[in-house]
Amino acid sequence: MFVHNLRLGAKSLRRNPVLTALMIMSIGIGVAASMITYAVFRAVSGNPIPQKSSVLFVPQIDNWGPTYNRAGEPPPALNYTDAMALMKAKKAERQTVFFPISASVISTTTERLPFKVRGYATFGDFFPMFEVPFLYGSGWSHESDDAHEAVAVISKELNKKLFDGANSVGKDIQLDDGTYRIVGVTDTYDPKPRFFDMFNSDGYTDPAQVYVPFHHMMDLKVDTWGNNTCGGGPNRGNDYQSWLRGECVWLAAWVELPTKADEDAYRSWLRGYAEEQQRSGRFGWAPNVRLRNVVDWLDYRHAVPPESRIALTIAVSFLIICLVNTVGLLLAKFMRRAPEIGVRRALGASRAEIYKQFLAEAGMVGLSGGVLGLILTGAGMFGTGLVFGKEIAKLAQLDFSLVLLTLVVAVLSTLIAAFYPTWRAAQVQPAWQLKSN
Amino acid sequence: MLQIKPILAALKRHKAGTILIAVQIALTLAIVCNALFIIQQRVDRLSRPTGMDERNLIAIENRWVSKKEEDTSSLSRTDLAALRSMPGVQDAIMINSFPLRGGGWSTGIRLVPDEKVKSKAQTTLYFTDDHAIATMGVKLIAGRNFLPSEITSVSPREVKTTPQVIVTKALADKLFPDGSALGKQVYMNDSTNPPATIIGIVERTQVPWSGLWANDFVENAMFLPVQLTGDYAIYLIRAKPGQQMNVFKDAPATLIKTDRLRVFSSERGVRTFEQVRANSYSTDRGMAILMGVICFVLLGITAAGIVGLTSFWVGQRRKQIGVRRALGATKNDILSYFLTENLMISVAGVVIGAALAIGLNLWMVTQFEMARLSMIYVICGVIALLLLGQAAVLAPAMRASRVSPVEATRSV
Repeated sequence: MFVHNLRLGAKSLRRNPVLTALMIMSIGIGVAASMITYAVFRAVSGNPIPQKSSVLFVPQIDNWGPTYNRAGEPPPALNYTDAMALMKAKKAERQTVFFPISASVISTTTERLPFKVRGYATFGDFFPMFEVPFLYGSGWSHESDDAHEAVAVISKELNKKLFDGANSVGKDIQLDDGTYRIVGVTDTYDPKPRFFDMFNSDGYTDPAQVYVPFHHMMDLKVDTWGNNTCGGGPNRGNDYQSWLRGECVWLAAWVELPTKADEDAYRSWLRGYAEEQQRSGRFGWAPNVRLRNVVDWLDYRHAVPPESRIALTIAVSFLIICLVNTVGLLLAKFMRRAPEIGVRRALGASRAEIYKQFLAEAGMVGLSGGVLGLILTGAGMFGTGLVFGKEIAKLAQLDFSLVLLTLVVAVLSTLIAAFYPTWRAAQVQPAWQLKSN
Repeated sequence: MLQIKPILAALKRHKAGTILIAVQIALTLAIVCNALFIIQQRVDRLSRPTGMDERNLIAIENRWVSKKEEDTSSLSRTDLAALRSMPGVQDAIMINSFPLRGGGWSTGIRLVPDEKVKSKAQTTLYFTDDHAIATMGVKLIAGRNFLPSEITSVSPREVKTTPQVIVTKALADKLFPDGSALGKQVYMNDSTNPPATIIGIVERTQVPWSGLWANDFVENAMFLPVQLTGDYAIYLIRAKPGQQMNVFKDAPATLIKTDRLRVFSSERGVRTFEQVRANSYSTDRGMAILMGVICFVLLGITAAGIVGLTSFWVGQRRKQIGVRRALGATKNDILSYFLTENLMISVAGVVIGAALAIGLNLWMVTQFEMARLSMIYVICGVIALLLLGQAAVLAPAMRASRVSPVEATRSV
């Protein structure tokens, strides 16, 4: 019987072709608009490290004071003094600070021109903390950090460029004037948004190709290739040493705190540290610290671009209008057949059967709308780069779950829209219709 | 127009359809008003002038490979000499950033050397030389240009302030509203640094950022007679009229011939200013296009919905129409009946819709830091939707007016 209803439904699509086409278009366009914007929204609002997002934290210390900080919030990164205090204290299970670097790679094996790579100067804890996957080798040890060793971890892409993808662990790489021993090659590692480096980027730029030890880079007096933000107070520093002692922030810091107790202990340590700075006269204000986990941090740093949320809001309203439209059109389509319903009812069809038939018909309309929506969504994916930029558009993809969701949303929303017209159809009185005929 | 009473009576019998059309018109109005408003805001932004001679400019972002910082100032001088002597080039400069580039320096400016006093204005800093005004094509409206002897070469880390600065008119007016900026002293960065004297005022220059956050200081710019050292060098080249594409093609080769140990970054290496502008405002332009498409499609769908439902009504009422025609109603009476009916539903719809539009905007103001919706958009939207409704109902109404009086005698 259900199949029969579907067949009737498919057949009735061909009746009133204009009304049917209008409905299918309306549903298709509405669904496509909301699916495209949803795909983008999903891509930018996902949790980039779900398995660890509750144990990774960003410590913030207000070293600018109430005159220069932004609305009472501590700066989003640390200065050298505070970062080194944090690294020395070792109060967390794991801890790292880092800054972006940019270096020329001089190929020793091929006759290639030097080229630039971007990466991070960081500590060995970086790799296990952020679960960086390795193709060969591993990150470096605490000993390498402490000994200011010239070691490096390179990305799969850089390894392919320099060594044709062969295991390069133990080989050397030439960065600017220095030689670094490769200890590891990462597999593709590109979490989006790049939650750990929201201080230097919007989280959607190209991934790092090289990682080198922090202390070694400081020995070379390498500048940050990222942001260097000063509150506006004095103590900016005019040469390298006074800049290090100054209060400009340029180091992103992260700690890993596995339990709630660790988190509380760390928070009070941060507070205590700020109190100490106040007592020693460096801070002329009460301790003002923050400890945000990954999710809170992304929210605080506005990882989801406003364009994406505005577009999603508008697109969902758009879908609602398309559904209101569908309700009206279905009502017209169904009520046009009042005489036919009357005959069926008079011949003994129950209300339930009328429901079944008309809902099946609506389902067919919804499915056709869904298929059209799918085609439009696929086409629209090419246009996402226009609105949201190339980096974000790359992330929004028409995968299996989105295909399924498109069809389900199309059919379900059409069925919901069909409910009132179907109810009206089922109310048709057999006697009245027969009489007027 | 005297048909209002019977129309109301008839509409009561078609409550569902009436409400659906009204709701659809209301929602469409709410979305279209806000979408139009977003379009206008974005278009306003992306057509802002930078103050430069955009049509003839080329920007090159160059990075030295394996060079010592102390050598870079002579390297860039050689580059500039080579660029300036190219045929088709009017002038060229090295600068730390330029309008719409996206990254640069910004700082607060104080009028007194006191850390406790809040800065008077936010500004961007452009470190360049005495060729900047000629290269960028900005207009000096007061004071003088830098002298070649005033240009110094400093590491980015050590740059403090300079004895002379040139400011934009917008910044001058912000700092000295009485118009007396020329010759005055200002403090930047750390106020323990010595003050700088404003020696010139240019008409207009935009900051490097196009983000909404930079809106309130978009034309506050300050030029300092400094050439920064370091491995990054940005060149702005002004081609002679009509020569832009030739210079665009030849300039990279000229630089590589001077010294080949350099890279031009793949995305921002060598660009005409048109590319810089398009890149900078791509999100704004995209958002405007998206909202435009949404408006267009939405109006289409609403019109289609009205056509669909009205056709259905006309079909349902053929007999009644026939009776009216038989009783002496003219074609025009029937036509105006349906037009009036639609107008009444539409008016109800736009009244609710106007309230919804304002509500949606207020919600977006709190969520996305958007501006308040101007009433002009609501009024335009209302007029547009009323016209759209009348246009959509016209075809079914014409069909209704052609129903012949004979229909009255038919049984269906």
